[in-house]
Amino acid sequence: MTPATWLRLAAATLLAGVPALASAQELNLYTTREPGLVQPLLDAFTAQSGIKVNTIFLKDGLTERVGQEGDKSPADVLMTVDFGKLVELVDLGMTRPVTSEVLTAAIPEHLRDPAGNWFALSLRARVLYAAKDLDLTEFHYEQLDDPEWQGRVCIRSGQHPYNVALISSYIAHHGEAAAEEWLTGVKANLARKAGGGDRDVARDIMGGICDIGIANSYYMGQMLSGNGGPEQVEWANAVKMIYPTFENGGTQVNVTGAAVAKYAPNPEQAVQLLEYLVSPEAQKIYAEANFEHPLNPEVEVSELIGQFGTLVPDEMSLTEINTHRAAASALAEKVGFDN
Amino acid sequence: MTLADPHIQSRDIRPGASQPRPIRRRLRPIWSAGAVAVAALVCLPVLSLVAIALGGGVSLWPHLLRNVLPVALHDTALLLGGVGLMTAVIGTATAWLVSAYDFPGRRLMEWALLLPLAVPTYIVAYAYLDILHPVGPVQTAIRDVLGYASPRDLRLWDVRSMAGCILLLGLVLYPYVYLTTRAMFLTQAANVIEAARTLGTPRGRVFLRVALPMARPAIVVGLSLVLMETLNDIGASEFLGARTITIAIYNTWVNRSDLPGAAQLSLVMLVIVAGTVMLERRARRSQRYASSVQRPRPMAPVRLRGLSAGAALLTCALPVFFGFVAPALYLVDQAWARISFAGISPRIWAEAGNTLGLALISSAVVIAAGLLVGFAARLRPGPVTAGAARLSTIGYALPGTVLAIGLLPPVLAVDHLLDNAALALFGSGVGLVMMGSGTALAYALAVRFMAISTGGLESGLARIPSSLDQAARTLGQRPAGMLRLIHLPLSKTAIAAAALLVFVDCVKELPATLLLRPLNFETLATHLYGEAARGTYEEAAIAALVIVLVGMLPVALLARVGRSPGR
Repeated sequence: MTPATWLRLAAATLLAGVPALASAQELNLYTTREPGLVQPLLDAFTAQSGIKVNTIFLKDGLTERVGQEGDKSPADVLMTVDFGKLVELVDLGMTRPVTSEVLTAAIPEHLRDPAGNWFALSLRARVLYAAKDLDLTEFHYEQLDDPEWQGRVCIRSGQHPYNVALISSYIAHHGEAAAEEWLTGVKANLARKAGGGDRDVARDIMGGICDIGIANSYYMGQMLSGNGGPEQVEWANAVKMIYPTFENGGTQVNVTGAAVAKYAPNPEQAVQLLEYLVSPEAQKIYAEANFEHPLNPEVEVSELIGQFGTLVPDEMSLTEINTHRAAASALAEKVGFDN
Repeated sequence: MTLADPHIQSRDIRPGASQPRPIRRRLRPIWSAGAVAVAALVCLPVLSLVAIALGGGVSLWPHLLRNVLPVALHDTALLLGGVGLMTAVIGTATAWLVSAYDFPGRRLMEWALLLPLAVPTYIVAYAYLDILHPVGPVQTAIRDVLGYASPRDLRLWDVRSMAGCILLLGLVLYPYVYLTTRAMFLTQAANVIEAARTLGTPRGRVFLRVALPMARPAIVVGLSLVLMETLNDIGASEFLGARTITIAIYNTWVNRSDLPGAAQLSLVMLVIVAGTVMLERRARRSQRYASSVQRPRPMAPVRLRGLSAGAALLTCALPVFFGFVAPALYLVDQAWARISFAGISPRIWAEAGNTLGLALISSAVVIAAGLLVGFAARLRPGPVTAGAARLSTIGYALPGTVLAIGLLPPVLAVDHLLDNAALALFGSGVGLVMMGSGTALAYALAVRFMAISTGGLESGLARIPSSLDQAARTLGQRPAGMLRLIHLPLSKTAIAAAALLVFVDCVKELPATLLLRPLNFETLATHLYGEAARGTYEEAAIAALVIVLVGMLPVALLARVGRSPGR
């Protein structure tokens, strides 16, 4: 192939790629939430508003991509599964403040940025799964390092955002030194290597590998619903869910949330989407389809989750917890949590 | 990260022929310039990583050195050693059996041994955790047989361990060694081995004293692919709890938002890999791998009967069973459960189309660039073209996500430039063209898999005698004509093999695809990941099964290509 052919090829590739001019009734969503979880909400939004939502599901690298795309980024709404990432977007100046009465009315004050840069959309609690026949009805996170549980605890990687957030919370409550001691004790209690996913906690309890474990609340609903297949119903039936609390607080929660991108080409549509997502209709989807705790007080949690009691969220501010994030991750490495 | 080449040396020392000097007269440096350009494009993301790394401090290192690297180095060494040993043994043994012997089922095994290539590491990990879990089918059956009621009464081995990780990665990665080593046995080693046999050397000694030493360069080529894949694996390693350097890089970046630190760590890893590869090349330089035949032909296999035939068949069948049949059956079972109550989502077909298209385009780019680099090195041997060839393989030594992150700044700089130019010229912008069109993604895949192409094509071209080049030049052919009339037809086997390997790798690729794809663009792998991440494994199983099926297509072709070696 001659260089000229190469050039022609390159030009053709470039031209073929020029995207069609976006119509006014579109918006672009960058999300770290799994598409299967967001799509029902987006479909309902499109049906109601006529606004088409283009999505890309990213895992890591959302901030890097949006940052490099800069003022030409097509992103309108940035949605994350984890509070830490949400705040990082704000800290890096990738969001724009939004004023909306609908949003402020629907979202409790501590679950949104006073300046309107980020909004929580749903709550997920970090709870305890325990073998069904275990004589246990309440639990403190501080008990996890109790020698009573030696060789009986299952948990995913200490580096997973959910666990990093839990360790951050522990640091916020008790300080870093106490957290290190606690985490070392938890590590000593592990029945197997820290790893796998949250559902594996239920499965491993059923499989006799461990007796208790830490996992997110909504997985319980997902497993029980049968959406993940009949085996998962069995896993869930082998365990009960307990809302643990900090001795001096409530249950640790994380949020999923969203922000409007700083350079959003369709900011009005973006705000419309956010407003839709906190509406009772959408919050019901969060509760019934995803089994998360809705943050709109008008909406009830799903029956499958509700049977395990009432969530009393810890009142420590998410922003405060988030400041301990890097320390928490380093701590997990220091005590060799995943080794 | 050079994929050292098993055949190149044979050209250097062909008996009775002093190395013909390439004709430089009237040769413009356009080919060398092209090769340098390819190398530069490959190095661009690496350079941008260097810039990112320099942007950070060194405050991370005391913590890394004290708490992270000891474990990470230990686990990485153990994993690489284990997977390396396992793939070398399985790959070489099976390649030798199907090349040197004839036994019932050999023809089937010859290509079936390649099938595990179609199974991505993250899928094999998911599948085996389900199969071998205490509540999975295997342990349940064992308990039923032994009369235990509950898994609490009988605890067996947990696959989530270093041993499990080595075993599973080894099972799907050995075909790289099998492929390269078998090609060596088929094309290069036949005469020497037959001579040894004629002289009455016992079977075992023919293998140990003749075949094995001759196959060393080929084993090294295959192994280097295996080790890069292992080193950069995140899916299976994380899932099974191995704490490799790649996982440490990932944690540094994602959990501590320390991208410069992660870039520093990946560059250190890159330097170690490059150093190791150079040492290996140097060590091998003193050894000669001559083949005196101009026209290689396959060796005549020795017929095995009875027990030994059964043993040979079993040795070949086991890796195929565990690396392909078992996980594939598991996927079929899971997918069937889903399809029977929810049907197949039409999205799957669109995604299969996206996957195929992306893989085809990327493979074409990779092969074209590999040819450019390989041909330039042949036209103008020297430090420039040789350096370009080595540098063009560098992308394989970085984890896919890290590579993608490094690619973002240069690609988006170009995108901004184009958009600004369009604004200035036509008054309306074109948006982010490279990101929006998938060009950035194809670029990333090309950078990542250039190593496979360069390695394979270099060796393919090296098998063509230089005298042909001279003759063609004397008869007035220009380099382009020479490439078209001589080198392309003569190295089509090598080109096909490299293209198919790259294709399968593109189909399986996840991390770079996830980060760089355009809006509304899903491949089978990203769909699978999205489903697996939220735990709907049955839905994921359908996508996984289609990945395996798409991956099987080229494997079947590869087997055909491999069967008619040489010209």
